[in-house]
Amino acid sequence: MNTQAIPVDNGVNVEALLGAREALTEAPEGAKFTWRATCDWMRGTHSVTTVHGFFGLGEEQSHRTEFRLDSDHPEIFASEDNGATPVEIVLAGLAGCLTAGIAAVAQNRNIQLRSVRATLEGGMDLQGILGIDGDVRNGFDGIRVHYDIDADASKAEIAALVAQSQKRSAVFDIITNPTDVTVTVG
Amino acid sequence: MKPVARRAKPAGREVVDVVVIGAGHSGLAMSHCLTARSIEHVVLERGEIANSWRHERWDSLRLLTPNWLTRLPGCRYSGDNPDGYMSVDEVVGFVTDYATIIDAPVLTGTRVTSITPLDAGYRVRTGNGDWRCRAAVIASGACNLPELPALSKAMPENIAQLTAHEYRNPGQLEPGGVLVVGASSTGLQLADELRRAGHEVFLSVGEHVRMPRLYRGRDIQWWMHACGLFDQRYDEVDDLVRARRVPSPQLVGSAERTTMDLNSLTATGVQIVGRLAGVRGGKAQFSGSLRNVCALADLKMNRLLATIDEWTEREGLAAEAGPVERFEPTRVPGQARLELALDSGELRTVLWATGYRPDYSWLQVPVLDRKGYVRHDGGAVDAPGLYLMGMPFLRRRKSSFIHGAEDDASELSGQLAAYLDTLPARSGTRMVV
Repeated sequence: MNTQAIPVDNGVNVEALLGAREALTEAPEGAKFTWRATCDWMRGTHSVTTVHGFFGLGEEQSHRTEFRLDSDHPEIFASEDNGATPVEIVLAGLAGCLTAGIAAVAQNRNIQLRSVRATLEGGMDLQGILGIDGDVRNGFDGIRVHYDIDADASKAEIAALVAQSQKRSAVFDIITNPTDVTVTVG
Repeated sequence: MKPVARRAKPAGREVVDVVVIGAGHSGLAMSHCLTARSIEHVVLERGEIANSWRHERWDSLRLLTPNWLTRLPGCRYSGDNPDGYMSVDEVVGFVTDYATIIDAPVLTGTRVTSITPLDAGYRVRTGNGDWRCRAAVIASGACNLPELPALSKAMPENIAQLTAHEYRNPGQLEPGGVLVVGASSTGLQLADELRRAGHEVFLSVGEHVRMPRLYRGRDIQWWMHACGLFDQRYDEVDDLVRARRVPSPQLVGSAERTTMDLNSLTATGVQIVGRLAGVRGGKAQFSGSLRNVCALADLKMNRLLATIDEWTEREGLAAEAGPVERFEPTRVPGQARLELALDSGELRTVLWATGYRPDYSWLQVPVLDRKGYVRHDGGAVDAPGLYLMGMPFLRRRKSSFIHGAEDDASELSGQLAAYLDTLPARSGTRMVV
């Protein structure tokens, strides 16, 4: 039988990432990024957030195109349901970040992924945001993420991918650690 | 214990081939190797021999390494308890005796105040006369100063703060709750001791290294030594920067050879919380990453044990070793606390076990990186004729340990000798110190 090792391809350019890591170690100023979003109120609880430009590598950058995210609330909230709720968008941010991390780490560890699916749940007691009980927080009382991963790797290797991805995730960090938020009006 | 005779106090400016800064185990191991190569040198010591061990460690500390593995070049443990772990006093005795045995040219009470480059070599100023040398070895230690996070400044006044560097015993703490920050061997040992002394103890846990004390009937360090993990070289690891920053493994040296891990601590009533992430609104805030840092440590421990098992199989030693073991995963509380009130009286003291850093305030040679650490290649510093000893993973994984000094000193003294050979012979008479 003629076997040939098929190179692992998760669609992640690890060489570029490692190159960036090396370059930014030498020039840490270039590593300072600023991410931006602009949000316009439409009507009711419906808003549209757009993202396009950001700053990094010492200069202004931009996405290939402008992206638009509708956020709203479901009809049981007497809203028009024109989009995901903002808290669901937070779950989307966490899932997108962790999953991208899994792909990158897998590529770096030479693990071929076949399928990756994350299922997320965030529990919330509405008594918080409705001001019914001041002891109840507004946000999630916890987030549960479950991964189903089919890959050429052992169970322990897959567990290590998921753990490493959390360790390196920006959104995981943003959610698990406090962040200073300044809101101004002008 | 026979004290090392102090050598004649140098008058004014003295000249020597090599100055070794620090008479701890690293500096003395280097002195032994320089003597073996007939290289003239002096060892300058700010205080006494084994000064950090004498004055900067807590009372109950024991080495993490068993006695049989605690060795220095030309000197092995010869007592009757090879499987025990030295107390601080025993370490002081061991290192001080070593200085005597090797007849190290140590000048105690000689604090280096600066080292500056000369055209060829260095000028070393001390509180006790100046020296000129052709090469120098920095062996002043990795743990001179406590590494204190910026959050310590945000703690309210009513909370007493103490670093592991200042901690000696529970008697220093007022009654009341204690938050121990850091889950290396230091943090775990202090949390355990304070819990046993009756305090309510919270342990803030970030990334950590979990290891059983005994595995398959032998000390974990026996395995690491035997299967070559300790000998792994600095130029063989994937991420050296990370390897050098790995916290000390969660081990304790005790007569019972017990395993100390987060499970054993929670069993005594210590409450584990996530990494201390913020102080705001009168509350300490802890990261929600506790479950993941525990999962990372469990996975890493199991990889270490698998490495040991594979090696044992390969070497045909499985019959002699005990059965393969796997340990209970870290029990993380279902609802780990995310905050702790700092003004309710629940918490009285924060004990920072957040690591140490070397003190290079006297090092006036431009060799520090942006984090304040010496730039070096396996101990050969980025400046001619300057060498470094006694730093984590300096040349090998074992470099952090006393027994790691032997190979490092042997190889670096070879590099140093080769460097001296490239220099023109020193003019004037050779001075004997």
